[in-house]
Amino acid sequence: MTTMNYAPHTAQAVAARATGLSKVYGQGETQVVALDNVSVDFGQGQFTAIMGPSGSGKSTLMHCVAGLDTFSAGSVRIGETELGSLKDKQLTQLRRDKIGFIFQAFNLLPTLTALENITLPMDIAGRKPDQQWLDTVVDMVGLSGRLGHRPTQLSGGQQQRVAVARALASRPEIIFGDEPTGNLDSRSGAEVLGFLRNSVRELGQTVVMVTHDPVAASYADRVIFLADGRIVDEMLSPTADGVLDRMKAFDAKGRTS
Amino acid sequence: MFRTALRNVLAHKARLLMTVLAVTLGVAFVSGTLVFTDTLKKSLSGQSAKSYEGVAVSVTSYGQGRNEQGEKEGEPGLGQQTLDRIKALPGVDTVSGRVSGFAGVGDENGKLIGSGWSNQGANFTPVKDGKDPRYAFAQGAGPAKADEVALDQATADKGNYKVGDKVRVATNGPVKEYSLAGVFTTEDGAVQAGGSLVLFETKVAQELYLKPGYFQELSVAAKNGTSAEKLLADIKPLLDDRTTKAQTGAALAAEQAKQIEKGLSNLSTMLLVFAGISLFVGIFLIYNTFTMLVAQRTKELALLRAVGAHRGQVMRSVLSEALLVGLLSAAVGLLGGIGLAIGIRSVIGSLGAKLPGGAMVIAPGTVVAALVIGVVVTTVAAVLPAWRTGRIAPVAAMGSAHLPATSKSLLVRNILGSVISLGGIGLVLLGVSTGGNTGRMTMGGGAFFMLIGMIVLLPLLSKPVIGAVRPLLQKVFGVPGKLAAQNAVRNPRRTAVTAASLAIGLTLVTTLSVLGITVGKVVDRMSTEKLKADYRVSMSADAGSLDKSVAETLSKAPGIKAVSPQTAGYFLVDGDFRAASGVNPATIGQLLNVEVLSGSLDSLGKGDVAVAEKTAKKQNFTVGSALKVKYDDGQEASVKVGAIFKDMEGLLSPYVIDNKILSEHSEEMYIPEVYVNVDGGASKAAQQKVVDALGKNPAITVATQQDMRNEMGGMINTMLNIMYGLLGMALVISVLGVVNTLAMSVFERTQEIGMLRAIGLDRSRVKNMIRLEAVVISLFGAALGVVIGIFLAWAVGSTLAKAMPGYELILPWDRIGIFLLLAAVVGVLAAMWPARSAARLNMLTAIKTE
Repeated sequence: MTTMNYAPHTAQAVAARATGLSKVYGQGETQVVALDNVSVDFGQGQFTAIMGPSGSGKSTLMHCVAGLDTFSAGSVRIGETELGSLKDKQLTQLRRDKIGFIFQAFNLLPTLTALENITLPMDIAGRKPDQQWLDTVVDMVGLSGRLGHRPTQLSGGQQQRVAVARALASRPEIIFGDEPTGNLDSRSGAEVLGFLRNSVRELGQTVVMVTHDPVAASYADRVIFLADGRIVDEMLSPTADGVLDRMKAFDAKGRTS
Repeated sequence: MFRTALRNVLAHKARLLMTVLAVTLGVAFVSGTLVFTDTLKKSLSGQSAKSYEGVAVSVTSYGQGRNEQGEKEGEPGLGQQTLDRIKALPGVDTVSGRVSGFAGVGDENGKLIGSGWSNQGANFTPVKDGKDPRYAFAQGAGPAKADEVALDQATADKGNYKVGDKVRVATNGPVKEYSLAGVFTTEDGAVQAGGSLVLFETKVAQELYLKPGYFQELSVAAKNGTSAEKLLADIKPLLDDRTTKAQTGAALAAEQAKQIEKGLSNLSTMLLVFAGISLFVGIFLIYNTFTMLVAQRTKELALLRAVGAHRGQVMRSVLSEALLVGLLSAAVGLLGGIGLAIGIRSVIGSLGAKLPGGAMVIAPGTVVAALVIGVVVTTVAAVLPAWRTGRIAPVAAMGSAHLPATSKSLLVRNILGSVISLGGIGLVLLGVSTGGNTGRMTMGGGAFFMLIGMIVLLPLLSKPVIGAVRPLLQKVFGVPGKLAAQNAVRNPRRTAVTAASLAIGLTLVTTLSVLGITVGKVVDRMSTEKLKADYRVSMSADAGSLDKSVAETLSKAPGIKAVSPQTAGYFLVDGDFRAASGVNPATIGQLLNVEVLSGSLDSLGKGDVAVAEKTAKKQNFTVGSALKVKYDDGQEASVKVGAIFKDMEGLLSPYVIDNKILSEHSEEMYIPEVYVNVDGGASKAAQQKVVDALGKNPAITVATQQDMRNEMGGMINTMLNIMYGLLGMALVISVLGVVNTLAMSVFERTQEIGMLRAIGLDRSRVKNMIRLEAVVISLFGAALGVVIGIFLAWAVGSTLAKAMPGYELILPWDRIGIFLLLAAVVGVLAAMWPARSAARLNMLTAIKTE
């Protein structure tokens, strides 16, 4: 078994790092290996997309690195913090303070207004949001006029923009997105991806996004390809067509092997 | 479709468990009550039949009567002559005369043995070969001499008395010492129930309780071949039918059985009220459960509709589910009820009263009642949710798994609720202005409508009320508090149904607490304001009159300042019977706070009479009026009215006169109490002095003012305690309801909770959020109940105010605080399981759900 270490190709600092990460479900004959000895770095200020066919382990990788799921072997670090040794309470605190999330299903609280949803992580932490930063973020995602609305009064695209703003508002060290455009039409999806790219380019944010959409992946600085729980390839400065070709190649390989 | 129903029941075990519990609780109460009373009835009537075994005819004397002119007629009892004449009749085997009354046995410290509600003494009447068939002697024999007694086994054991020991026995007179001749066991009901029984030699008993040579009752046994009816016909002509009654033993047993039944019906009514309330509250829970089950299965039911099931079939499947649950709960409830009946029996047994044993009586009626109640209540509660399933459109099968909370307009509901509530409030207010019994009746109806209306309005009320406390929750508990308050009003209908059971329970309890405490205070004030005496001396357990010697002994005792025996007497005034209180004119002013309106109480000492204000007004008496009085012994006299005083119900009769005058004209004085003042005021030592002065008589109670107050408050407290039992019941069912609602909320909000966990809400705060939601819902219901309760208490109280001088509504905030605290505890308890499952929720599956 060859181990490849996928380090960012520039000499920048690392926001999150997985080393020899494995995740195994079940035992004996029913054993399923979701992640098989994966080592990967996510560079600071970089927009990384994780791609791969269904069941390739791309979501599991993200969940483990984001502290949402436990792993069987290996280590994960967010900044300077090693996740393997943390208890649930500390892990929760880490997610609250250092990580932002964007989910496929928007996941907003219907009882809160857009603004309250955006500041929710800081409210939980008992911190006062940085008003200037908040204005910048809200401005960027174009929600200025809708902060008092409740999620049910917003369109899907607007809801996901609220979710993006929520992830950005607390200035986390890293933002994880799980198919953030999966429930959106292409125009709204493009908008959300644009915001994410801008946050990386203009605000220096680090973003890691799981997707199966080559167009979405093309917004990233770097694409990592997973298959059968292993990183099989990566691409820098991807284009939609390039990503699509690479995916087709895996599919063909998968079918023939 | 029935199979689908069965599968559904099995698939939702946990949720349905709550429903089962609620129905089971109610059914258990109903069947427990029925089993317990049936069993008690059977064994008690069995017992009374047994005690009249061998008694062909029983003759009872009512004692000396009086004719309309107030003259004595008849004899004081059944004389020896009557006994002998009956004995001489053909067909009579034996005749035994009985005489009985109060007799208290003291232990070595002079304390009364036995519960105090049945301390009896009776004569020992050997019938044949020196034995009385009613008593089986374990040791020794019956009393044969004047200074001998026999005791029942339990009393002898408690006092540690053995044959030959000296036993102090108190009757109405001074304590006397007897030697213990024997210890016996008996089937006598009172003894079985924990009372004490002392047997005296017949002459002693006659002297103590009646008059030498007289009996209160004659039991006649027939010779073989003589029927009781024949004997009865023969005996009747020998009796004075004005003062005696003769019955066959069988008729007497039947009569007693009927009385037992009557006595038990109060108990069973009370228990059935509990059952009724728990079932009523349970209906809300069942309704809620089925609503949730249906909501959860919308997609599934719509699919059934889409593949061709018609409306009726879908509805029937939900109703069959209810039917199954109802049957199951009823069966479990029936078993629980039998257990409950055994439990009640042992609880009462452990309190000292021995209930007759025997197998539990499970009448077919009980089984039918349990099953019918369980099934009907469950099905009725499920009708509305079932009807709603019929309206699920097939297209819902294609929609999302959970329909968002109903945003259907509450307009119709709110209008309806407002109309009913306002109508109810109107009726209550009408009752206030009408007053009296009619007013209270109107009020009862109004209260019912008001409660129903409020329950209908609960969803409307929930938003502003819970919204009002949100800032506070947010401040104290942060984000979890804020979210909890918001979540509590997300599904106002569900919140309302959940809160309703607490609202009902607390309305009842608050109303009665406020009324009980208010009335208690008024009674308290009335009783002590007018009493100046330090102590009241009376016979224990209302056992009748004190002996004349009590007052004499006390007035001679050291350290005692004032003594006044209160005699309950009567005389005829202008030909009409009037109750009169005999007092000691010299001291009465020191012992009672008599408000004299005109004249002076000193005149009592000169032989005048004092008359209560109301009576004086009615009869047109003023100070100086002369009354024509005829005493007990038939003597007539003219008496002057010396004083008019403000009525003192419970302490003085409308006519007050010197004890001396009363005693001159009566054979015996009935003295229920003696009031006493001691030097230096009441104290523990002073009280002991009074007790000592009376020879540590076990049959006499020396009560302080506080004791008297407690006595008055006792009944109110008992009533309140029963109500608190009821509150407990409502609380238990509310816990089940809140558990149900929260479990549903957690289930519906899986995704949200997962997201909150992901973005940084830790487990303990997730738990807090769920807990607070439960507490908010519980407190909302409780607070509403308290408000309605106070309003109703005010309304009922204002109708009582007229009859009670010095009435003032008292709100027992401490108790109300405890009620609210309990409601909060309900919330916390109910949230335990749902909060745990929310905190343990797997974030990933939660987030991934579509």
